[in-house]
Amino acid sequence: MISRRDFLQASVAASAIVGASGFGNWGKLAAQQSLTQDQLLDFETFGNVSLIHVTDIHAQMKPIYFREPEVNIGVGGNKGAVPHITGADFRKAYGIDDGSPSHYALTYNDFSALAQGYGKMGGMDRVATVVNQIRAARPDALLLDGGDTWHGSYTCYQTEGQDVVNVMNMLKPDAMTFHWEFTLGSDRVRDIVSDLPFAALGQNIFDAEWDEPSEDFKPYKFFERGGVKIAVIGQAFPYMPIANPGWMFPEYSFGIRDQRMQEMVDEVRGMGAELVVCLSHNGFDVDKAMAGRVTGIDVILAGHTHDALPEPVLIGDTIIVASGSNGKFVSRVDLDVRDGRMMGFRHKLIPIFSDVIAPDAEVTAVIDEQRAPFAAELTEVIGKTADDTLLYRRGNFNGSWDDLICQALIEERDADIAMSPGVRWGPSILPGQDITREDLWNVTSMTYPNAYRSEMTGEFIHAIMEDVADNLFNEDPYYQQGGDMVRVGGMGYRIDINKPIGERVSELTLLKTGEALDPAKTYFVAGWASVNEGTEGPPIWDVVENYIKREGTVSVAPNTSVQVVGA
Amino acid sequence: MSFTRRETLLMAMGTAFAAVVPFKAFADVDGDIAAFTGGAEIGTGGITLIAPEIAENGNTVPIEVDAPGAVSIIVLATGNPTPAVGTFNFGPLAGAQRASTRIRLAGTQDVLAIAKMPDGSFVQATQEVKVTIGGCGG
Repeated sequence: MISRRDFLQASVAASAIVGASGFGNWGKLAAQQSLTQDQLLDFETFGNVSLIHVTDIHAQMKPIYFREPEVNIGVGGNKGAVPHITGADFRKAYGIDDGSPSHYALTYNDFSALAQGYGKMGGMDRVATVVNQIRAARPDALLLDGGDTWHGSYTCYQTEGQDVVNVMNMLKPDAMTFHWEFTLGSDRVRDIVSDLPFAALGQNIFDAEWDEPSEDFKPYKFFERGGVKIAVIGQAFPYMPIANPGWMFPEYSFGIRDQRMQEMVDEVRGMGAELVVCLSHNGFDVDKAMAGRVTGIDVILAGHTHDALPEPVLIGDTIIVASGSNGKFVSRVDLDVRDGRMMGFRHKLIPIFSDVIAPDAEVTAVIDEQRAPFAAELTEVIGKTADDTLLYRRGNFNGSWDDLICQALIEERDADIAMSPGVRWGPSILPGQDITREDLWNVTSMTYPNAYRSEMTGEFIHAIMEDVADNLFNEDPYYQQGGDMVRVGGMGYRIDINKPIGERVSELTLLKTGEALDPAKTYFVAGWASVNEGTEGPPIWDVVENYIKREGTVSVAPNTSVQVVGA
Repeated sequence: MSFTRRETLLMAMGTAFAAVVPFKAFADVDGDIAAFTGGAEIGTGGITLIAPEIAENGNTVPIEVDAPGAVSIIVLATGNPTPAVGTFNFGPLAGAQRASTRIRLAGTQDVLAIAKMPDGSFVQATQEVKVTIGGCGG
């Protein structure tokens, strides 16, 4: 029998090897000098099986800046539990030194300053190098993609996902599951999936008409690696038709369907699986809850909620691995599987420092080939950020990118109030940095971009706020959809996260007059990313581009209009 | 590792079934329950209700109820103006005491299923189904 301590052989790649740099010592940290690729990839191969996990890449083929959230509140049993700790608390929990590479990669503080020293992260050509290195040590390692891959950039939109498919195929994944991919429309998804040289999985992807498992996606796939029979079960995003426009993929139904998950686990175990891996797009808290209900899963590779965790979380006999987003991290999980069961693991969350890890030349060439036809559009500078403004998105309540988008909506669409969806994708822009069209599309690209302008009563606006808040703060993770709170411009509010639906949001205030919103009065609301079919209006990227071009240099003041209670 | 998976599952299931949320029922609900049970006490366990946590479309929500050995099962949408969804009666030759259908839900509410067992006892299962505006996926 092995002890729990032996079992937890997790390590943070960067913090383990770089000593304290001293908080505030960020003139030039010279990541390139103190960090090497060998250090980042250092890993003593363990056991007989290796899993490589990437997830939520959101079509970011080139390195990016991405600030992790400052506010990420857990509710109910998840209050104060990972991944719901941020900043200094996060660093303390994992023993990360202030100013270290892991501080920069995993937490939000001093982001702009640290970014100057450590540079951009991610890039699929760097990820390819990491994958190749792992395969050099373990040739039959499984590469598993958690989805949200074919969405989120200018070129991805223009090529309907083909650019990302071409690049990812170079990395030779073994299986994938899905979320935003479905917003390409079901015809396009089937078109790509039918040619995919790896497994497209989702045990919870059902035929909507018959409420039976879809024939287009297999629930699981068997692999034999290191003499071990491995079953990988896919779990697509459960709330597709609710969080995204169901009219784009009307043939499909989703849901958590944990009873069927249990059936699939029992089925593969019955067929001799010695290791059961769930490639999931549930979101972290849902995965935790599911791991407590479904027995027999050894490893859940978690996605959707964009959490990057230096150690797996253990629920019963199941380990849950979270690998971040936007190409910033790759997780390597080595497993010792003997006598039909998982005996131990070693794990490393590998941060992809783009200046440290050498790009794979072949993959770079393929990425550049996808981008070449759009080079002029991608690189056009449409404005820049002021020296006081970092544009970022992540956080439960607001981000400066969304504050900017809301301001653009109010001014360009002549609205009282603006709403921007609480999505978690979208890289950051440093102070004083040029904003290119590519940068703008990285935070707005989607297949339902129309910026509507419509009249809503104060009562209806309140109902929307309550509805979204419950999707985020319902104490039962199974009722959470995994996004953040809808971003609001032109209106302030108070939110008590511990109250039930209907009572959380109060003190709705129209900022331009300072008056309380009148439930009976009608207001002009501009927004985008409506899930309703036939939404009219210009695409959001045009609205924001016009605004940024007019402003030239954009400055976003700190948002003080949301008052959070009960965190 | 010393904890068993079976215990974990049973614990989780126990909580799920025991958590009967008090709902703001229409008067009809109490009447419908009383008509079905004759006022008898209702237990838990032995009945499974499968419904989505969040409805993809409130106008057509797939549900399934399974109560091995039951004589009949009543399904109530407790927040609908007309809560009664239907009663499934199973004859002695029924291969399984299971039924699935689609129901329309007026809004977020508890769906309740009560099974009458051959010995005259009753068991129930309930699940909250959220009907949401949606639209902000991560």
